[in-house]
Amino acid sequence: MSIEREPEPSSPPTAPSTQMAAMPLHAPAIVNFVAAAEPVAQNGPPSPIRQFLSKRGNGALADNAFAAAMLVCALSIFAIVLFILTILIARSRLSLAQFGFGFFTRSAWDPVSGDFGALPFIFGTLATSLLALAMAVPLALGVAVFLSELCPARLRAPISFLTELLAAIPSVVYGLWAVFVLVPIMRDQLGPWLYKVLGWTGFFEGYNFGVGLLTASIILAIMILPIISSITRDIMQAVPVSQREAVLALGATRWEMIRTGVLRNARIGIVGAVILGLGRALGETMAVTMVIGNHPVISKSLFAPGYTLASVIANEFTEATGDLYLSALIEIGLALFLVTIVVNAIARALVWAVTRGAPARSI
Amino acid sequence: MRLNSARRYLMNHLVTVLAVLSTVAVVVPLVAIFAYLLYKGASSLNLAFFTHIPAPVGEPGGGMANSIVGSAIVLALASSMGVPVGIAAGVYLAEYGRGKMLAMAVRFTADVLNGIPSIVMGIAAYSLIVMRQMHFSAFSGGVALAIMMVPTITRTTEEMLMTVPHAIREAALGLGVPKWRTVVSVSLRTASPGIITGCMLAFARVAGETAPLLFTAFGNQFWSFKLNEPIAALPLQIYVYAISPYDEWHRLAWAGALVLILMIMVSVTLVRIYAARGILKGAS
Repeated sequence: MSIEREPEPSSPPTAPSTQMAAMPLHAPAIVNFVAAAEPVAQNGPPSPIRQFLSKRGNGALADNAFAAAMLVCALSIFAIVLFILTILIARSRLSLAQFGFGFFTRSAWDPVSGDFGALPFIFGTLATSLLALAMAVPLALGVAVFLSELCPARLRAPISFLTELLAAIPSVVYGLWAVFVLVPIMRDQLGPWLYKVLGWTGFFEGYNFGVGLLTASIILAIMILPIISSITRDIMQAVPVSQREAVLALGATRWEMIRTGVLRNARIGIVGAVILGLGRALGETMAVTMVIGNHPVISKSLFAPGYTLASVIANEFTEATGDLYLSALIEIGLALFLVTIVVNAIARALVWAVTRGAPARSI
Repeated sequence: MRLNSARRYLMNHLVTVLAVLSTVAVVVPLVAIFAYLLYKGASSLNLAFFTHIPAPVGEPGGGMANSIVGSAIVLALASSMGVPVGIAAGVYLAEYGRGKMLAMAVRFTADVLNGIPSIVMGIAAYSLIVMRQMHFSAFSGGVALAIMMVPTITRTTEEMLMTVPHAIREAALGLGVPKWRTVVSVSLRTASPGIITGCMLAFARVAGETAPLLFTAFGNQFWSFKLNEPIAALPLQIYVYAISPYDEWHRLAWAGALVLILMIMVSVTLVRIYAARGILKGAS
C-alpha cells in the first residue's frame, strides 16, 4: 500500500502530462505534480479521452453477443448427446415394447418371423474386444515403456510418428488388408498351427475358413494398439522426473525404477488407457464386419464365425424390411451407445485423475 | 546378497529386452501393412482410376472419379458445419469457462462424444434426416461426419488457446480492445497453427469413415452433385469392392485405399507446413 504513495519521479514521464491535460482550466494556480496526480478532474467536464471512450461505447452488446454465441456452441455438445439418446430411444420404441429387457438375453435372430434377440451379438462383441485387449495390452505396455523410458532420443520421434501414422489409417483399409492378407494366413498357416498346438483346449475346433472371431480379434488388436500405447506413454511422461530420480538414488535398477517409480504412480491412468482401447474396440465396425463371418451363433471355438453389435447394424440396416426389424437394429445401436458412453466416461475419469487432477501431484 | 543383486540385474535386462522385442513386434507388422498397401495400391493405380466412373460388373477398367468428388463434397459439407461449432465451443472452454463447472461438464461430454462409435452417428443422422426425407442424401452424410468432427476440434482448440500467454490478452485489453475482438484477433490468431492442425486431424479422422456413410450418403455408381441425392464416397466404394467376388474390383479397392490414404496424408502435411510458415495465420 505504501509503495503506491511514493513521490512522482518513479512514475513514467508521460503520466504527468496526461494528467495536466485532464486538469480543469479553473484549477488553483499553484500546481505541483503530486496534486496533478490526484483525481481532481472528477467534478469538472470529462476529459477528451473520456469523451471519446463514452462516445465509442463500451461494446457491451458485441461482447455479450459473442460470448453468448460461444456458449451456445459449447452447449450444442450436450445437445448432440441428448439428441442422439432421445432419437435412439424414440426409434427403438417398437422393439423395446415388444421384447423388453429380454431382448438382451435371447439368442433368436429371425427377421422372417419377427423374433429378435441380441445375445449372439453381445457375445461376439465382448469376445472379440476382450481377446483383442488380451493381445494388445501387453504389447502396448511394452511399447510405452520403451518409448518413454528406454528409447534413445533419436529413435523416439520416428517411432511416435509411425504409430500416429498408423492411427490415421482408416478402418476400411485395415479391413481390406485383413481380407486379402490376414485371412489367407489364418486359414493356411496360423490356424492349422494353433489347432495342432492348442487344439486340446477346445478353443480351436471346427472348420477353419480363415474368417471368424480370432481373425476379427487380431485385426482389432492391431487397430487399438497405437491408441493404448500413445495414451499410456503420455501418462508415463506425466509422472514427475523427481520420482524417477528418487527411486534411482535409492539404488534401484532401471526396471525397479520403472516399476515402483513410474508404473505404480501411473497405474490408474494406464487402466484408463486400456478402457479407452476397449471402448474403441467395442464400437469398431468396418474392419470387423469384413472378417468376422457375420453369422449370429455363440460358439466356444475361436475359428467359428461370429457377429458383433456394430457389424449387424452395418450389414442389415439398409435391407431391414419392416418396422420391427429396423427398430430392433436401432435398439442394438442404443445398447452400443449406452455401453460405450459408460466405458468412455470411466476411462476419461481415470485418465484425468492422473494427468491433470490433484491425486497425481499428491502422490 | 550377491545372488539377490544378480537376480535384480537379470530382471532389469530381461524387461529391457522384452520392451524392445514388443516394440519390434508392433512396429514390424505395422510397417509391413503399410508397405504392402503401397505396393498393391501403386501397382493397381492408373489414369482411368481418376477419370472414369465404375464400370459394370464383368467389364474391365473403370475408376472412382465420382467417389473422389463425392468424398470431397461430403467432407466440405461436414467441415463447413463442424469446424465453426467446434472452434467456438473450444473458445468458450478456454476464454469464458475457465474454472466453471459448466465448462468441466462440456469438456467431459466432448471427450465421451469422441468415443461414441461412428456407426451410432450414422443411425442418428439416418433417424433425423433420412427417415424424414424418405431417401438417402449427401447432406445427411455430411451431418453425421460433422458431429464426429466437433469434439476433436473443441478439445484441440481449447488446449491450443490455453497455451496463449495471458500477457498478450492483457496487452490487448489494456489498449481498450473489446473482449470479443481480443479473442478473435489476438488469442485465436496466436493459436491458429495449432488450431488448424487440430482441424486437419479431425478432418483426417472423418475422411476415412465408412460406417456413418453406409446409410446416409449410401453410395452411388454414377455422377451426382446434388446434396439431396445419394452420393458416392471413396471409403464406401472401397468397402463395396473389397467384399465383392471380382478380381477387377479388388484391384480398384487397393487403388482406392492408396488414394484415400495419400489424400489424407497430403492434406494434413500440406496444412501443417503452411500453418508453420504462417501463410494461413489469418488475413487482416
